[in-house]
Amino acid sequence: MRILVTVKHTPDLQSQRSFTDGHVTRSAEDGTMNELDENAVEAALQLVEAAGEGEVYALTVGGPDAVAAVRKALQLGAHHAIHVCDDAIAGSDVFGTAKVIAAAVTKVHEEAPLDLVITGMAALDGLTSMLPTALAAELDWSQLTLASALSVADGEATIERHLPDAHETLSAPLPAVVSVTDEANKPRYPNFKLIMAARKAPVAQWSLTDLGVDAATVGSGAARTSVVDASERPPRENRIKVTDTGDAGTQLADFLIEKGLA
Amino acid sequence: MSTVAVLIDHRDGAVTRPSLEALTLARSLGTPVAVWLGAAPGADATAQLGEYGAAEVRVVDGDNLRLSARAAAAVGAASEDAAVLLMISTFVSKEIATRLALATGAGVVVDAAGAELVDGKVETLQTVFAATWNVRSRIESDKAIVGIRPNTTMAAPAQTPGAATVVDIQVDLPETRERVVAVEAVEQGDGVPLAEAPVVVSGGRGTGGDYGLVGELAELLGGAVGASRDATDEGWISHEHMVGQTGTTVTPALYVACGISGAVHHRGGMQASGTIVSINMDPDAPIFDISDFGVVGNLFDVVPQTIARIKEHRGS
Repeated sequence: MRILVTVKHTPDLQSQRSFTDGHVTRSAEDGTMNELDENAVEAALQLVEAAGEGEVYALTVGGPDAVAAVRKALQLGAHHAIHVCDDAIAGSDVFGTAKVIAAAVTKVHEEAPLDLVITGMAALDGLTSMLPTALAAELDWSQLTLASALSVADGEATIERHLPDAHETLSAPLPAVVSVTDEANKPRYPNFKLIMAARKAPVAQWSLTDLGVDAATVGSGAARTSVVDASERPPRENRIKVTDTGDAGTQLADFLIEKGLA
Repeated sequence: MSTVAVLIDHRDGAVTRPSLEALTLARSLGTPVAVWLGAAPGADATAQLGEYGAAEVRVVDGDNLRLSARAAAAVGAASEDAAVLLMISTFVSKEIATRLALATGAGVVVDAAGAELVDGKVETLQTVFAATWNVRSRIESDKAIVGIRPNTTMAAPAQTPGAATVVDIQVDLPETRERVVAVEAVEQGDGVPLAEAPVVVSGGRGTGGDYGLVGELAELLGGAVGASRDATDEGWISHEHMVGQTGTTVTPALYVACGISGAVHHRGGMQASGTIVSINMDPDAPIFDISDFGVVGNLFDVVPQTIARIKEHRGS
């Protein structure tokens, strides 16, 4: 079983997140592996452990700081790490990013075939959830998204997914791109031995040239959308906070009535 | 005026309210045409699409339209002439938008709170980072696909109704590797679905698993019942009710948080709501930082009083 997991370096949810020049501000201090990618790493490790053989590759695309994301995946137990880093990638939209990841996946797949690419359900900075679909389309592989359960047998992957209107079971032949939700599993914690090993583990560094991707087809120049303006929202004004001394429920009702909300 | 296609969400043959909101928004961008996947709409639904301005209702029927590659091909065939395609932003529509964009070169913005034409290009508004930032984006491509969040445009009938001429679109849908093994419909309550509800009343750890009062207040206010991750993890209420970044993102006019501390994941799914009120025992709960009206107290004391006062007010 050979599985590649995509991980993203995103600003920590607890940090002061912001925009600079129309792009998400990223820094080494506040950055971390996207929390939802922990479920993807966990899903890959569990499948390899259940199969009794196999390897997990962690792949990230981003600036120099982004290597922290694959190091985190190594700490969790991934066997190999790849960091695609090239100035020309900066400012890519989801389609540019998918093109770069697809090229990297293809490079790994050509060395020895992969069975799966597993991703998180969304990155907690952008939250668009578009990448898994774009990647499956770029690779022309099967697409199984939003899995809350994943199994592999007889050359096929099967997932369950919970949509607001229905619970679906979908199957597709390997190789497949699968995105897993935070319901899929409970990510493990890194252990000390792996943390120490991850510090020294090699991380493959690939550029666009290594991947054979034309720089003109990615980056901000090729992006189909651009940020015109980004501004911090002002905090809510005139906030009221009362401590219940017996009539707060009535006060709350009166507030709603006055606002025409009840 | 250029054609603006709107992918209509429908349930049991009826047009959902977010679709009427999207049609309303579409009228400010061009001439709306409705795209309807599945068996053709009935007379009532067709008439309603016309009232909200749809010049045409383009129907594409076929098997397995739940698969995004097939749905994308269907929507693509029905919106070839449209410079703008609007959808309701859901996990499924995002996949359709992505496939269609790859096929057509369109630019995509999802989770938008609005869209307008500026110098012939579509610009969108979004809130990001748990609704702490506003972002305006421009779609540079000739074709734009925009996923709109429910409750961000006030639905209003058109002054001049559209003809709502029903047009059957024939298209060869692509074979897919994915196959649907089973689909089990989720039991839908009587009320409005969470994502579309104008009022959401949510319960968290503080309910101790008792959703009686939360449900009663939701019903009184004409809203839907939501929950925090804590509550769905405890198995107190099903995952479909979870409000948060990985559950349902809601933007109702009123959000009532009962016994919810307001972890960052939860706030990310509700912080863009109109008015936020909260009840929590812990005076330091982060939910109070984003609440227009916060009560430090026990929801089992506070909520019954609130319900009684509203009923009294309505009775008077």
